[in-house]
Amino acid sequence: MKVPVRITVNGRLFEREVEPRLLLVHFIRVFAELTGTKVGCDTSQCGSCTVLIDGVSAKSCTTLAVQADGANVTTIEGLADGEKLHALQESFWNKHGLQCGFCTPGMILASHELLRTNASPSDDEIRHGLEGNICRCTGYQNIVRAVKDAAEATAAADK
Amino acid sequence: MSSRIFGSGIRRREDPRLITGSATYTHDIVLPGMVHAAMLRSSHAHARITRIDTEKARVAPGVVAVYTGADIEGALQPVPCAWLLPDSQLRIAPYPCIAKDVVRYTGDIVAAVVAETPYQAQDALDLIEVHYDPLPTVTDPEKAAGDDAPQLHAKDINGDDIPGNQAFHWTVAGGGDLDAAFAEAEANGVVIKERILQQRLIPNAMEPRGAVAQYTRATGELTLWNTTQNPHIVRFLCSVVTGVPEDKLRVIAPEVGGGFGSKIAVYPADFVTVFCSKTLGRPVKWIETRSENYQATTHGRDHVQDIELAATKDGKITGLRCTVHAGMGAYLSTAAPGIPTILHGLMLSGCYTIPALKEDVYGVYTNGVPVEAYRGAGRPEATFMLERLIDMLANELDLDPADVRRRNFIPKFDDGHEVVTTLNYDSGDYPGALDKLIEHTGYQALREKQKAGPSNGKYLGLGLSSYVEICGLGPSQVAGAIGFQGGLWESAIVRFHPTGKVHVFIGASPHGQGEETTFAQIVASEIGVDAGDVKIFHGDTDSTPMGWGTYGSRTTAVGGAALALAVRKIRDKAKVLAAHLLEASVEDMDYEDGKFFVKGSPDKAKTIQDIALMANVAWNLPEGMEAGLEATTFYDPPNFVFPYGAHLAVVEVDASTGQVELTGYTALDDCGPQINPVIVEGQVHGGIVQGVGQALWEGAAYDESGQLITGSMLDYALPRADLLPELDVISTVTRSPHHPLGVKGIGEAGTIASTSAVYNAVMDALKPLGVKRVDMPFTPERVWRAIQEAKGS
Ligand code: FES
Ligand code: FES
Repeated sequence: MKVPVRITVNGRLFEREVEPRLLLVHFIRVFAELTGTKVGCDTSQCGSCTVLIDGVSAKSCTTLAVQADGANVTTIEGLADGEKLHALQESFWNKHGLQCGFCTPGMILASHELLRTNASPSDDEIRHGLEGNICRCTGYQNIVRAVKDAAEATAAADK
Repeated sequence: MSSRIFGSGIRRREDPRLITGSATYTHDIVLPGMVHAAMLRSSHAHARITRIDTEKARVAPGVVAVYTGADIEGALQPVPCAWLLPDSQLRIAPYPCIAKDVVRYTGDIVAAVVAETPYQAQDALDLIEVHYDPLPTVTDPEKAAGDDAPQLHAKDINGDDIPGNQAFHWTVAGGGDLDAAFAEAEANGVVIKERILQQRLIPNAMEPRGAVAQYTRATGELTLWNTTQNPHIVRFLCSVVTGVPEDKLRVIAPEVGGGFGSKIAVYPADFVTVFCSKTLGRPVKWIETRSENYQATTHGRDHVQDIELAATKDGKITGLRCTVHAGMGAYLSTAAPGIPTILHGLMLSGCYTIPALKEDVYGVYTNGVPVEAYRGAGRPEATFMLERLIDMLANELDLDPADVRRRNFIPKFDDGHEVVTTLNYDSGDYPGALDKLIEHTGYQALREKQKAGPSNGKYLGLGLSSYVEICGLGPSQVAGAIGFQGGLWESAIVRFHPTGKVHVFIGASPHGQGEETTFAQIVASEIGVDAGDVKIFHGDTDSTPMGWGTYGSRTTAVGGAALALAVRKIRDKAKVLAAHLLEASVEDMDYEDGKFFVKGSPDKAKTIQDIALMANVAWNLPEGMEAGLEATTFYDPPNFVFPYGAHLAVVEVDASTGQVELTGYTALDDCGPQINPVIVEGQVHGGIVQGVGQALWEGAAYDESGQLITGSMLDYALPRADLLPELDVISTVTRSPHHPLGVKGIGEAGTIASTSAVYNAVMDALKPLGVKRVDMPFTPERVWRAIQEAKGS
């Protein structure tokens, strides 16, 4: 049995017939052909698969495609404004907030959520805000620096 | 800019593709007509397979094929072990790609399914019926070596028995009369004894392993995209296992999402994927799940160590004696025999003068995942032994642990120092590193604070760890002598285009360390081009020269040296051409920052870009000079490099709950001149946290029947951001005397030092409570129990 879904990914509408069990992450990777969203685990622990659903972060490995029917999904590929990187992308780059880059799309989108709900987080708040995302390379320190930097850059730009 | 680019923390060139989701990892490869493989892993840790029924799976929707051990016979050779440790009675058990008669751990593949979609392949796995006759299991390496342990393997690959499940017995001994040293210490000094369990760890590179195989029947050519740290070794061994000749085999390590040692080995599933593609004539993709990664991708550590240290009453070490049972898992993985031996035993004297030592290492087969290199690979286990026993010695003698270290350090040296295990360390200042750390951290003040006693039931603990490590592996001649079945040199090709832009083709295969940036910095600093004008190619065996892989903190140390020397060759040729064009003699020429000029006339210089154009158009070359501006170098290091440092961990232990909090951490590392200090610092951060993970949270556990009970990220506790303090990272710079750039390695240093620093800190905190020994990781329950036991006794 297949069910029709309409999901907009980074502004492009995808209308597909899918199995009800299809995970959103696979919809994104296979049907929308956007492979920036990563799968790092099978128990909803690592956060590599984090995307924004209608602007709010979600683990796309724990969301069914049918649950996202009608939604607007933003993936890492949709974060920059054309050539212009998002403040978080810039800050992860500037602060060496990534090494192998595998956790990075999820980490950036989880940070996006963090800053959406708290525009100027303390180090501690950043560390707690990212506890659902695992990075094995960086030891997190430069990720904390990057999120802080993005918060400051965004605040400065808004002034 | 060129002279300053070496040492500059420029942003990484890798990052734009990674932060935008445009990088291509193995999982992201999509090919026309591609089908998907899934592996059925054994549900038993040790059992005889009595029957496999694949009928239902074969007819399931989307299924293209199902293969079992019988199908691959003759087509896939056993997985080779490539470190043939000499003088060790090495017994290599056959390591099949798909188990046919007996399974020996729960990661053994018993069947493979190929289907049109990954979901269909996964569904069909459930339809395969495998009948097992369970056999007794053993996962503890010491028990596995015991007389009544179940025997895992009937014969090794030469048809010999494998008594006591013993894969090898290796010994290192050196220095003076060890028995006399211990007799003397028993009589007039002190002997410290300890048993240390270096628990099994799961590397957890965030990218799971995988392979995409594309076999073209018409040409007999195979392309294999693989999550590997060493594509050329994969090509070499894949050729041996699958029979595809090396010239028709292209291995590509695309973007690779971390490895930490777990992507060194060659694996059965990758070869099975190749087999499927060859058999079906279609591209086949296989990507492991995280649970499968835990179940079948190599683990690390797993030592049972019994150690004795002899010392005088004033804290001078006189001897060290150890026995290690190293769990190897069910089969010997690619480099496994060298890890608990060469990379461990030879570093046993660490930063200290130890007059006599001996270590016996027993490599033992167990019903677990094969154990391989894991960040630090042998060296954290060696550092831990020493650093722990030195702290125990300090306790015994009521001395400060820093003082005991000082009493035993090798004095500062800058051009070679031979230690008792016969290694020749290159350069180091171990007392200087510790002194600087102690000053920087206010160690004495912390000790004073500690003396004031616990506050709110929280006990302060300080843990030091002084380390030296061996990396930059290594001279190929030594590789041969220690049984490594490959070379350990690196190569680089540097090609200048007419416009002065540069292509570098390098054998090394970084997978997150940022060496595309570091390498470009090396080229820029050596020949005065803009780093942005240098493109680095790596990870594709068809376009890059041979390389032996990225592990053992060797990529910048060995690959970077090859690259620097290739650029220097170019500089030499450019100088000759510049002299010719300026109608001067070569001896009169000077070079500075990308400009070649007659001494004293820098205003009439030829830039490297001018030379690149003239060399490429070749209108006016000196007699006998070849056209083009390109050089190739093979760099075989004359010795290893030996980075070192000293770390301090500060913890608080809540005596009422057993909760340990790491409240501060300072690392002083010396990896020689830093090409990109920001990247170096990042390596140190990541390394430290992995080592902290071992001390505080991580540990793979098997139950009585050999089932992995830490089988998912739910059960295996990885370090998270909220569990860690801000790390303080400082450094000193000691050049390696034998290295063209003076650099050492930094990838593993943090991990090598941090586990023992944190362990020592926790034990230091628990000292007033009378706790003598706790096994890692320091979970609250273990710590609490230890406190209760100490209270009771
Ligand atoms: S893939 Fe790990 S949480 Fe989604
Ligand atoms: S950068 Fe590799 S896992 Fe985070």
